[in-house]
Amino acid sequence: MKEIVLMKGNEAIAHASIRYGSDGYFGYPITPQSEIMETLMEQKPWETTGMVVLQAESEIASVQMVFGGAATGKKCLTSSSSPGVSLMQEGISYAVGADLPMLLVNVMRGGPGLGTIQPSQSDYFQAVKGGGHGDYNLIVLAPNSVQEMADFVGLGFDLSFKYRIPAMILTDGVIGQMMEKVVLPPFKPRRTDAEIATECPWAAVGKPASRSHNVICSLDMDPYRMEKKNEERQERFRLVEATEVRYEEFMCEDADYILVAFGSVARISLKSVELLREEGIKVGLLRPITLWPFPTNILAKYAEKVKSMLTVEMNAGQMIEDVRLSVKGKVPVFHYGRMGGVVPAPEEICVALKKQM
Amino acid sequence: MSKNIIDPENLVYQKSSIMVDTVMTYCPGCSHGTVHQVIADVIEDMGMQEKTIGVAPVGCAVFMYNYFHLDFTEAAHGRAPAVATGVKRLNPDRLVFTYQGDGDLAAIGTAETIHAANRGENIAIIFINNGIYGMTGGQMAPTTIPGMITSTCPYGRNEALNGHPLKMTELLTHLEGTCYVTRQSVHNLASVKKTKKAIRKAFENSMLGKGTSVVEIVSTCNAGWKMTPVDANKWMVENMFPYYPLGDLKDK
Repeated sequence: MKEIVLMKGNEAIAHASIRYGSDGYFGYPITPQSEIMETLMEQKPWETTGMVVLQAESEIASVQMVFGGAATGKKCLTSSSSPGVSLMQEGISYAVGADLPMLLVNVMRGGPGLGTIQPSQSDYFQAVKGGGHGDYNLIVLAPNSVQEMADFVGLGFDLSFKYRIPAMILTDGVIGQMMEKVVLPPFKPRRTDAEIATECPWAAVGKPASRSHNVICSLDMDPYRMEKKNEERQERFRLVEATEVRYEEFMCEDADYILVAFGSVARISLKSVELLREEGIKVGLLRPITLWPFPTNILAKYAEKVKSMLTVEMNAGQMIEDVRLSVKGKVPVFHYGRMGGVVPAPEEICVALKKQM
Repeated sequence: MSKNIIDPENLVYQKSSIMVDTVMTYCPGCSHGTVHQVIADVIEDMGMQEKTIGVAPVGCAVFMYNYFHLDFTEAAHGRAPAVATGVKRLNPDRLVFTYQGDGDLAAIGTAETIHAANRGENIAIIFINNGIYGMTGGQMAPTTIPGMITSTCPYGRNEALNGHPLKMTELLTHLEGTCYVTRQSVHNLASVKKTKKAIRKAFENSMLGKGTSVVEIVSTCNAGWKMTPVDANKWMVENMFPYYPLGDLKDK
C-alpha cells in the first residue's frame, strides 16, 4: 500500500534526504527554500537515523561543511537559492577538483543580485556551464514536480557517488513552494563505516595500518600531472554524457513545432501544447530532465523533422544556446521568456509559438 | 659502551614515525617544520594516528599533508574550520584539527574561525602567526605589526590606513565555545616543550568533547621578514611578543 502525502517541493527534498540515508545537511536560510532546513530540523533525524543537520553561518561555510563531510566519504547535501548559490561556487569548484560526491539544491529566484523572491530559471548558465572556476560540469537534474523533487535526491546522490562528480537539483520557487501528492522513497539505512570504506576507499577517515594516507585535495604544482588529472576527469564527464541523459517527450513524434522547456515551465508548456493541439497545430514538448548531460541527440533527431523549436524559460535565453548547439542550425530556434520572477501563463506561450510559425 | 652515534643504545630522540621521510618545502629557519614535528610527536604519544583527520590550509603549509602519515583534507583559503566542522560532526570519534596561518585564520577565514569556535566545535585550531603572508611572497597580514615592512606596506604598516594588528586569539577567548586558548612559540627548546604540552591539551580537549581549543604559535618567517633565522627569532621576541604575549588566555 503506497503512502501518498501532500507536501511542498522543499519539504519533499527534506523528507527524501532523511529516507535516502543521508549523513548530513548543512545550510543557511534563504527564500524560497528555507523550508528544506526547517523541515529537517522539525523531523529531528539525528534522533532516528543519526543524520547531522546544522545551520551554518553562511552559504560559504555550508558548502565547505559539506566538503568536509564528503571528504570522509559521507553522503552530504546543502541547499540554497540563487544569491546563496553564487557564494557556493568556490566550494563547488574545490569539490569537483577533489572529486568529491555531494548533492546541491538550487531553488532559483529572480536575479541578478538580490533580485526577487519569486521564481526564475536564470541560473541555468551558472549550473550547467560552471559558475565556479576551472574546467568542470555538474550533473544537473531539473525536477518538474514534487514527486521528482523527492526522487531526484536519491538519483542525485547515486549519480554523484558513482562518478565522483557533485550533482545539483536545479529547481525554482514554483516547485519548491507548491504542494502536490508525493510517494516518499522507502527508508534506506545510513551506511556503516565499513560500507563507506568499501564504497569510498579514497576517503580521509583516519589512516589504518593497511594503507598509506589518503589526501583529499585539488592542488597539484606539476602541470603535466594536473593535466592528466583533468583529462581523467573529462573522461568521466564524457561517460556521463554517453550514459546518463534523461528527458521526457510529449507528442513530439508527429510534431511540426517543438517546445523545449524544463522544470515548472515544462508543466506550464504542457498546457500550451494541449491548447495549441485543440487549434489543430501539431506541437510537442521536449522536457530535458538532465540539463547536464543535455539531451543533444534527441533534439538533433527532431531537428530533421520539425519546422522550428521554441525554448520557453524564465530567463533571458540560456538553455536556448544548448538547443541551438544540438540542432546545429538545421532549424530556427526561438526564445520566449519572462524574467524578474514573473511566471508565464500557458496562453502567452501559445501566442509566442504562433508568432514564430 | 658503543661509541657509534647511530647505535640504538645511543639513540635519545628520533623523529616521529608519523613524519614522512622527505624534504619539506619550508625555508630553513621556518617555524612550520618545528611545529609539524611537535604535532607528529603528540599524535604518536596519544596513539591516535589511525583516528586523526587533519585539515590543511592555504599558505606555506598547503602541502602539509605530504609530510604526515595521516589522512588529510585540504580546505579552501580560510575555510578550514568549516571543513573541520563537517569532518568532526560526521565522525565524532576522530581527532580533527586545523592548521592555519594568519591570512587563513584572521583575514579571509575570520567568519569561519569565529563561528566554529562559537559553536564550540570539538576541534583543535593551530594558528601559525608570523605577521606576514609567506607563500604569496611576503604581503601584509591582519597581524602585521605597526611599522613592519612587507611587500604591500613597503613603508611600514600604518595604523591609520590599515588598522591595528588583529588579535584573533583574544577575540576567541571571549566566546563561550572555546575551552582552551593559548599563545605559544617554538623559538627555543623551552618554548617547544610548552607548545607540545599545549597541543596535547588541545587534542585531548577535543576528544573529551570540551569544545574548541585554539593554540596560537607566534612564529618567524625569516624569508618574508628578510632576516637570518637567528635574527628573526630575536626580532620576534623583541617586536612580536609585546603585541602577542605568550601564555594561556583561557583554560576551562
